[in-house]
Amino acid sequence: MTFRLKKRSVLPGFGLSMGFTLSYLGLIVLLPLATIFIRSAGLSWAGFWETVTTPRVLASFRLSFGTALAAAAINALFGSIAAWALVRYSFPGRTFLNGLVDLPFALPTAAAGIALTALYAENGCLGGMLSSAGIKSAFSPFGIVIALTFIGLPFVIRTVQPVLLELDPQMEEAAATLGAGRGKTFTRVLLPALLPALITGFALSFARGLGEYGSVVFISGNMPFSTEIAPLLIVTKLEQFDYPGAAAIAAVMLVASFLLLLTVNLLQWWSGRHLAELK
Amino acid sequence: MIYARTKISADPVLIRLAMIGISVTFLSLFLVLPIAMVLAQAFEKGIMPAVRALMESDTLSAIRLTLLVWALAVPLNLVFGVLASWALAKFDFVGKNALITLIDLPIAVSPVISGMIFVLLYGAHGLFGPWIAERGFKIIFALPGIVLATVFVTLPYIARELIPVMQAQGTEEEEAAMTLGACGWQTFRKVTLPNVRWGLLYGLILCTARTIGEFGAVSVVSGHVRGQTNTIPLQVEILYNEYNFTGAFAVASVLLVLAAITLCAKSFVERKSAEQERTEVYASAEEGIRLAYEH
Repeated sequence: MTFRLKKRSVLPGFGLSMGFTLSYLGLIVLLPLATIFIRSAGLSWAGFWETVTTPRVLASFRLSFGTALAAAAINALFGSIAAWALVRYSFPGRTFLNGLVDLPFALPTAAAGIALTALYAENGCLGGMLSSAGIKSAFSPFGIVIALTFIGLPFVIRTVQPVLLELDPQMEEAAATLGAGRGKTFTRVLLPALLPALITGFALSFARGLGEYGSVVFISGNMPFSTEIAPLLIVTKLEQFDYPGAAAIAAVMLVASFLLLLTVNLLQWWSGRHLAELK
Repeated sequence: MIYARTKISADPVLIRLAMIGISVTFLSLFLVLPIAMVLAQAFEKGIMPAVRALMESDTLSAIRLTLLVWALAVPLNLVFGVLASWALAKFDFVGKNALITLIDLPIAVSPVISGMIFVLLYGAHGLFGPWIAERGFKIIFALPGIVLATVFVTLPYIARELIPVMQAQGTEEEEAAMTLGACGWQTFRKVTLPNVRWGLLYGLILCTARTIGEFGAVSVVSGHVRGQTNTIPLQVEILYNEYNFTGAFAVASVLLVLAAITLCAKSFVERKSAEQERTEVYASAEEGIRLAYEH
């Protein structure tokens, strides 16, 4: 049999649809993304390195990665508790809250940003409470964590929920019958089953937080070296027409988020194989 | 999403109450309170000031611009989504997974970077910038740039909903239609389209929501010209930065209402497509039983 790039089919339209798909992706996605690397290649390696290691850029990377990580951790902890409660227990308002979980996907980030800022600013109801306890929430890194927690909230809940639903309650009952306490059942039976979904949700929430801009610019205060996230620094550089500088920061961010995405895909492939082995 | 209620009451009451308490507090703090805040701030001075803020000419032109961007960007991605999913789901060829990854790519790109790439290409100091300026066109800080950035950001939504649905549908029905003499267009319209209608609608809803709400990418390419290149989310930012809080939150509450409609439509479509799936499973189960009896 000869090697073919495409199997024969009686269905029409492959040439047309494939041609359109490839040209559209080329023009809208590939060519524009490639310019990032063309632009940053305009700098030499040394120049690139110098651009992405200036103190201001490093501070913004530290802030972006740190706050996104903190928000993803908060979401992993409280998101899995919420997923558990939403799946396992019935309580008043459950359906309403469950429907609301997708809100951060649907609500434009600008609206979320000003709402959270109004809540957590010193004259807002939660910000006032926190500041009388000596905690500055809006216009500090903590404020950025709040915004990123909102943005990433659906990911962990929506990845853990289906796994909890699929989980056979008989496994837990068997563990209990065999003498395991609740704690042991949790660490030995539940956690291993939930972990892949939990890590996937964590990584997705982290990746989303890393690039987030709209909700953060309102609540962060945007002070260089203390509350200036990396995406904001890109915007600043663009406004100063420092295109190579902006492209260099963007290249670092892009590579980081692709690595995250790759991890998620590998994890899903691995856990899929793992589950298939179990069955 | 509809979840069946599982009856597990093995957890002690105390743990159960603690888990429910933590969840309700967490979700209220991050979801319910911001919503309440938007509405409270918008209507702080009563209904009329909020309505008047919406009727201001700059806000109205922002709404018009967003509708225009929607009318241009969504059809483009609709055509792309349908053609891409036809090519990817109905044919076997080398490099399919790479192509699917490429379609998903814009989701992983930061909104700011999504806008920046078009500035690097078509901006005044961009790759094609001088060439475009010579011919008297304007892409960045004008409508074409906003549409391009929006198309990039929302490109995956329709395609990634359609591809799995079309793949699940297989090719037998289309092949049967072709064998019976239908032309390609008839096959698509009468066989494929009805089968994927809920997936298509779902993708359209997600694409529309993102188109209306996109902030970062559009903010980079728009240039913020009042009354000309501001979309609804950018208008929220401008009003807010001018300390016009009633106006900002009034416009934000319009976005909130759109988000609520999106969520309701989403859950409606999810219910419908689950229904369709169930009836198909029943139909094929019945078919199986019938065949088993005949043998």
